[in-house]
Amino acid sequence: MTQVAAPGVMTAPEPGSGTAPPDGLVRLGPDSAPARRRRFSFALRLVIPVAVFLLWWFLTGTHVIPATALSTPRATWDSFTYLYNRQDLVGDVGVSVRRAALGLALGAGVGTALGIIVGLYRLGEELLDAPMQMLRMVPYPALIFLFIIWFGVGETGKVLFIGLATLFPMYLNTSNGVRNVDRRVVEAARSFGLQGRRLVRQVVVPLAMPSILTGLRFAAGISVIALVFTESIGANQGIGYLVAQANSLDQIPVLVVCVIIYAILGIAADLLVRLLERYAMPWRRHSAVR
Amino acid sequence: MSVQTTTTPAAVALAVGKAFDGRSVLEGLDVTVARGEFVALLGASGSGKTTLLRILAGIEAPTTGEVLVPEVRTVVYQEPRLVASMRVWRNVVIGLPNASATRALAVDALREVGLDDHADAWPGTLSGGEAQRVALARALVRQPKLLLLDEPFAALDALTRLRMQDLVAHLCARHRPGVLLVTHDVEEAVVLADRVLVLREGRISVDLPVDLPRPRRIGGPAFDALRDRFLGELGVHREAATSSD
Ligand SMILES: Nc1ncnc2c1ncn2[C@@H]1O[C@H](COP(=O)(O)OP(=O)(O)OP(=O)(O)O)[C@@H](O)[C@H]1O
Ligand SMILES: [Mg+2]
Repeated sequence: MTQVAAPGVMTAPEPGSGTAPPDGLVRLGPDSAPARRRRFSFALRLVIPVAVFLLWWFLTGTHVIPATALSTPRATWDSFTYLYNRQDLVGDVGVSVRRAALGLALGAGVGTALGIIVGLYRLGEELLDAPMQMLRMVPYPALIFLFIIWFGVGETGKVLFIGLATLFPMYLNTSNGVRNVDRRVVEAARSFGLQGRRLVRQVVVPLAMPSILTGLRFAAGISVIALVFTESIGANQGIGYLVAQANSLDQIPVLVVCVIIYAILGIAADLLVRLLERYAMPWRRHSAVR
Repeated sequence: MSVQTTTTPAAVALAVGKAFDGRSVLEGLDVTVARGEFVALLGASGSGKTTLLRILAGIEAPTTGEVLVPEVRTVVYQEPRLVASMRVWRNVVIGLPNASATRALAVDALREVGLDDHADAWPGTLSGGEAQRVALARALVRQPKLLLLDEPFAALDALTRLRMQDLVAHLCARHRPGVLLVTHDVEEAVVLADRVLVLREGRISVDLPVDLPRPRRIGGPAFDALRDRFLGELGVHREAATSSD
């Protein structure tokens, strides 16, 4: 073993000196790499979408993929400007967004309420959980004709359909989150006299918030999928209606435009939930693992 | 030989500064812990004891300055921080290379803290003191050259705390890592430590050896004098007549 210290003398190297630390010690200083800048992080997020776009451009431009299978970016853009200028694309998107938002609000609201009841109360779980689990297993697209028979082809049926589809992810994640709230914290809050609605609002719901928002993210995604189903049958407005029409006339560029709009709606919904996450959980700004 | 081993550092902090959001907590702080030395760190709440310990552990980077620490260093936190989804013995050898993470090794370490019969229990079923002893076994099983203890006994009842203090004193005397014990309890510091530091306004304001014979017990004139000295440094002034409780 190498011995650097003279007997009775503490080895304490000068700060910042480049000398090797004594005896198998390691040197830990200030973080040498400055925190990565936001802009760089944003650029990284764009890498894969841009790569996919370039690939699309390349494969369709060189006719590796024929125009009868996928339109070129150019043809897609032309179709978009046509839909935008000559047809009421903005109106269609607006109608679709409204349906999805109303359905999501309905489904998420009811799902959260049921999830809290089932997570908190034994009676609630005994009464509700089994029926909910059964209903959850019914593939919701199978219900679309029933909804048309019951509610007609108007807005009500469409919103209810989307509400039903978004109810289950919300319910499952909320009840699970509430069940997993730290019992010790609830116990402490109870011992300080917090009860009933205040206990739920001030302690249980905030602590279950990570799960609830995960549920909301799933539900937001599913609301767009349900939108496609409900608009492709018995609608005369909306993006799904455009899809259905384009399908019958074999207009590939229109279909691609609609797919892109759906994707953008999906991203927008996700961004909204993330914003909500920051607002609803300020104590989690610094996430635990990263 | 013994002179040399006790003067080789187990940890060195050189002009360490740490600021959170521009608010400075540590300012140009220097500390050395020798191998086999037991150092206690006192300080008011919020004075930066945990921050210093986290910097020495390598969990947090200093804003300025640097620390020299051994490769193998372990921490016992104020709470046990066991992984609820692993049995006790797996918690003890968590993170060790698969080949050496054996049950036998874990049980040996658990025996040292008197818990070998709990090897297969779930952490959730342990009492507070038991869980803290598992955390101690987990820290010792790696044979650290530097053992960092952040108020490990704070949440324990008086009797368990006394037992734990004995246990730690005993285990440290046997394994001889450099030890830095953060504590609020002045008497605990004087009973256990070779040297006591007080952290105040970002620096070490007092650095005194404890020259009392071991094994030590609370009480006696020499003990009281030292204790009152540290209490004074922490801003607590006692009447000379007040006896210890
Ligand atoms: N991650 C952080 N962000 C912002 N401020 C922090 C952070 N960690 C610690 N601090 C601040 O640094 C100061 C020192 O904190 P530290 O935990 O080191 O105190 P302490 O001496 O261990 O106190 P206690 O005895 O109460 O445990 C406190 O004022 C605390 O608010
Ligand atoms: Mg602390």
